Amino acid sequence: MNDGGEAARTATRVARESYGKLVAFLAAPGRDVPGAEDALSEAFASALENWPTRGVPDNPEGWLVVAARRRMLDVARRRRGAEAASDALAMIGGELDDAAASEGPIPDRRLALMFACAHPAIDEAIRAPLMLQTILGLDAAAIASAFLVSPAAMGQRLARAKAKIKLAGIPFRIPETDELAERLGAVLEAIYAAFAHGWAEAFADDPRGRNLAEEALWLGRVVVALAPEEPEALGLLALMLYADSRRAARRDSSGSYVPLSEQSPALWSEGAIAEAEAALRIAGAKRRPGRFQLEAAIQSAHAARRQTGVTDWPAIATLYDALFALTGSPVVAVNRAVAVANAHSAAAGLRLLESAGAAGRLEGYQSFWAAKADLQARVRDAGAADSYRRAIGLESDAATRAFLLGRLSATEAEIASKSYL
Amino acid sequence: MQYLLMIHSDEAAMQQARKEDIQGIMAAYGAYTQAMKEAGAYLGGERLHPSSNATVVRAQNGKTSVLNGPYAEIKEQLGGYYLIEAADLDAAIGWAARCPGAQFGAIEVRPIWPM
Repeated sequence: MNDGGEAARTATRVARESYGKLVAFLAAPGRDVPGAEDALSEAFASALENWPTRGVPDNPEGWLVVAARRRMLDVARRRRGAEAASDALAMIGGELDDAAASEGPIPDRRLALMFACAHPAIDEAIRAPLMLQTILGLDAAAIASAFLVSPAAMGQRLARAKAKIKLAGIPFRIPETDELAERLGAVLEAIYAAFAHGWAEAFADDPRGRNLAEEALWLGRVVVALAPEEPEALGLLALMLYADSRRAARRDSSGSYVPLSEQSPALWSEGAIAEAEAALRIAGAKRRPGRFQLEAAIQSAHAARRQTGVTDWPAIATLYDALFALTGSPVVAVNRAVAVANAHSAAAGLRLLESAGAAGRLEGYQSFWAAKADLQARVRDAGAADSYRRAIGLESDAATRAFLLGRLSATEAEIASKSYL
Repeated sequence: MQYLLMIHSDEAAMQQARKEDIQGIMAAYGAYTQAMKEAGAYLGGERLHPSSNATVVRAQNGKTSVLNGPYAEIKEQLGGYYLIEAADLDAAIGWAARCPGAQFGAIEVRPIWPM
C-alpha cells in the first residue's frame, strides 16, 4: 500500500511529464481541447483521491486516460441525451477496451496538437499561449502575466482559439512534406515567443517554480524528439540553450543588469553550451540553413569568447548580414548595426541603424533606442542623452532600466564637460 | 464536416475583363466544379449576379425596410459560393486554394453549424 505522499508525488510527476500527451490523445478524435482539459483535471483529482488508498496503478497514464474518457462520455451524454451517446462515443475515440487502454502505451500526439495550435487559421498572437496551456497545462493567469495582458482577457482569447479548433475543424495532424517547413516554422516561432516572454521575467519570483523560458525549452526538446530530422527545430533548441547558458551571468551579485559584452564567461553554463553546440552541429550537417540556425550560430560565436577571450565581431556581423537578408526583420537590423559598429566602426554602425529606423517601425522598440544611444555616445553625439531617455521610457525590466539610467547620467556628465559635439 | 466557400471578388475588374479572359475563367470554374464532384466534395454551389442587383431587407420594430444595393459597400463582393464536404479545415483550405476565384479575390472558408 502506498502512502498519500507517494501518490501525490506520482500524480505530480505524471502531470508534469504526460499532461500534453494525455490532452493531445483525448482531444484529437473530436478536436475537443476544453473537453479533454476538463476531463483530465477531474481525472487527476480522482487520482489524488484513489491512489493513496488503492495504490498507484502500474500504468498511471492509462489509468488517467480511462478515467478522463469516462468523464468525457458522461458530459456528452448529459449534453446530448442518451440516444446521441453512441455518436459521442465515436467522438471520443470509439468503444475502447478500457483494460487495454490502461496497459498499452499512450501514443504521443503532442506534435500534432502543436501544429493545431500554430495553424495559420489561429491568430498568431495566441499560438504561443495556446501551446503553453494545452501542452504544459499552464493556467491563463500564469501565461497572461508573461504576455502582459489581463488574466480575464487571456482566458477569453484561449477559449476562443480552442473553440475555433473544434468548430472550424482544425486537424491534429503533422503536415505533409511540401508544407511541413512552413508550418513547422509557425510552431517554432510560437515556442520562441514563449521563451522570449519568459526570459524577461526569468528573475521574477515564481511561487510555482515554473518559468516560461524553461517551459519553452521543454517544448523545444519535445519538438526535436518528435521531429529529429528538422534542422530548424535543432537550431531553435540550440538558440534557447545558448541564451539559457548565460542565465547566471545576466545579473551581478547586487542584482544589476550586466550586458553580454561585460559578462564573465566563467559564469556561463558549460553544460548548456555543450548541448547547444551539439544540436547546432547536427542541424548544420543536414545542409538546410534557416533563421534559427543562423541565430544560434551568432550565439555560438558569442560563446566562443570563453575560450578565445575576444569576441569575433566580423564573423558575427557576417552572420547578421545573412540573417537580415533572410528575414528582413527590423529587430535583426538593429543587432546587425551593433555588430557592424563593433566589427568596423561606431559611425558605420550608426549609419546602418539610422537607415533601419528611417521606416519608422522601430520607434516603439526599446533595443533600437538603447543601441542608438550607445552608438551615439561612442561617436560623442549629444543626441545620445535623448536616445537613452527614449530607451528608459520603453523598458519594463527594472534592472535594465537602472542600467540605462546609469549610462544616461554618465553621458550627461560627459556632455556637461563639453567633450561632446 | 461541411464548409461554405464564399468567393469574394472585385466586380469592377470582372466587368472590365476581356471576353476571352472571362471564357477562360468560366472554363476553369467548370473544371474545378467537376473535380470537386469527382472527389465527392461538392454539395452545391452557385454564381451570383453582381451586387448592384442586390436588395437589403430588414424587419425591425414592426417596420419593414427595403433598401437598394448590397449589405456592405466594399470593393470585393460575394460573387458566388460552394458548399463542400471536407475531412477538416486543411482539406477545405485545399479546395479554396484551387478555386479560380482565389487568383483574383479572396475565398472565405466558414464551417457549417449543423442544426
